[in-house]
Amino acid sequence: MSASAAHLEAEALRRGLLRRKLLDQIFVLVGLIVMFACLAILAILFIDLVRDGAERFGWDFFTNFASRHAERAGILAAWVGTSLIMLVTATCAVPVGVAAAIYLEEYAPKNWFTAVIEINVTNLAGVPSIVYGLLALGLFVYQFDLGQSIIAAGLTLALLILPIVIVATREAIRAVPKAIREAAYGLGATRWEVTKDHVLPYSTGGILTGMILGLSRAIGETAPIITIGALSFIAFLPESPLKGEFPFISFAWLKDPFTAMPIQMFNWVSRPDQAFQANAAAAGAILLGMTLVMNGLAIWIRYRFRKKINW
Amino acid sequence: MTSPTPSSVISRRGLRYRKVRDRMIEALLLAAGLVAVFTTLAIVAILLYESSAFFDHVSIVDFLTDTLWTPLFADAHYGILPLVAGTLTTTIVALLVAVPLGTTIAIYLSEFAPHQLRETVKPILELLGAVPTVVYGYFALTMVTPVLQWFMPDLPGFNMLSAGLVIGLMIVPYVSSVSEDAMRAVPRYMREGSYAMGATRLQTALRVVVPGAFSGLAAAFILGISRAVGETMVVAIAAGMQPNFTFDPRQPAATITAYIVQVSLGDLPHGSIGYQSIFAAGLVLMLLTLIFNIVGFSLTRRFREAY
Repeated sequence: MSASAAHLEAEALRRGLLRRKLLDQIFVLVGLIVMFACLAILAILFIDLVRDGAERFGWDFFTNFASRHAERAGILAAWVGTSLIMLVTATCAVPVGVAAAIYLEEYAPKNWFTAVIEINVTNLAGVPSIVYGLLALGLFVYQFDLGQSIIAAGLTLALLILPIVIVATREAIRAVPKAIREAAYGLGATRWEVTKDHVLPYSTGGILTGMILGLSRAIGETAPIITIGALSFIAFLPESPLKGEFPFISFAWLKDPFTAMPIQMFNWVSRPDQAFQANAAAAGAILLGMTLVMNGLAIWIRYRFRKKINW
Repeated sequence: MTSPTPSSVISRRGLRYRKVRDRMIEALLLAAGLVAVFTTLAIVAILLYESSAFFDHVSIVDFLTDTLWTPLFADAHYGILPLVAGTLTTTIVALLVAVPLGTTIAIYLSEFAPHQLRETVKPILELLGAVPTVVYGYFALTMVTPVLQWFMPDLPGFNMLSAGLVIGLMIVPYVSSVSEDAMRAVPRYMREGSYAMGATRLQTALRVVVPGAFSGLAAAFILGISRAVGETMVVAIAAGMQPNFTFDPRQPAATITAYIVQVSLGDLPHGSIGYQSIFAAGLVLMLLTLIFNIVGFSLTRRFREAY
């Protein structure tokens, strides 16, 4: 091989190398652009809602019922409904979800039966939310005769977020090292004592995170509660859970008809009258704000607990 | 012994009590686990039960071949095809957005991004999937459609294109986070082998990591598909609710989910054919999701790399 040929070959090699390195740089740029474009869209979405809804924000918006006049229509029935539904959802989904996760992680034997439960949990997470609405319509509303009530909606959303709570709790429990359990067993603790006194306290952060993420999903879910028949025009509040006379607490509100934030927003979006778009935007900004706050809280809790625990 | 000394804790009776209590708690926990199983069974039972009432009135052949879906009209037709076409069209548009964007982000985050950036961006990116879908619907109708109309003046106010684009954006974090996990599971030595052969990062990412993580990527795409197929509010708001047998994304059309919402908004009596039709639609939706999942599962199995 002559000297000049070798030189040419080295030159070609270097040029190829430069080109490949340039491609690398270009990809980094593309990756960054795509990623920040997605984040920018999130920001645009929020700013757009706040801007469109700006004229509606005010005390009246929170204390007025829905109305035929856009500027007088508010979200009183909607936010009260959403709060009560979330109360039902949380009280049902969290204990059941955590208990199921404890069973699967700490108690379940490795057999086909456990596998069936696990496959079910995984599959339920992938079932479209509107199918939960159909389940609730057939089962809760008509078979159990709960009607189109707050409790039917709360139970529906509880079933919907159950897989989220279970998966998050399992992950939290799995992160507790085996040594902790074995030390407790070594001192003669029973399985439940190990779980209650050692495993659960260490996994509180993860469980809380899962619970908040589940509720933030439930708060924005629209389709399943439309399916069970939420009303969009309600000019009264459910019966108050607190009473003046003994026994001070009433559960009559569970059977009351309801509306909720996302339903109210959907109702306003689908009106042809442009004035209602501002109401929709304002309701959307509040809904999105609540979701973002809940998610932020979840991230913060996860971060805090991860830092605090040193095995 | 009168006072509770340590020895009373380990007395035989105390031990038996604790064991019995443990058994009872285990039974309670198991019952909670069974809720998941019962939910699945209940979904299948309700869908089959109400659909079977529907199919007493409508022949399955008509259901699968008729190209008109007008169950609430006087001249009722019960052909599911228009709804399936709407669902598939919005899903395809959504995937055309979510797969390239999601995969690019995943490759970038897994192979290129510095640790600190990845840890910061990932949770924020996941917020995209947490935005309530009704808010995305508003976004599609009042922002994306007008922008699209600027390029395509003939685009109607309700169309599948803007709904599909927004759904695509919504499922980007699902695709990217599952893909990224899959790529990070590819062992380090495979990358190092590739670098040792003189490959750059991009070459390693595209020719070693992506093929190695292919089964995980397939799972991510399938997850995205199931989300897009089941997405309801965006299409109900932005794509119009008219059943329309077309695969042209510029047209307005109803999806399976949008039809269920449309019927639920009205006041259909329990047990009427319209009421039963939403369960039949729900059954088709479940079957579609199931088919995609089976395809995904077999893809995953076929391309799984064992390390």
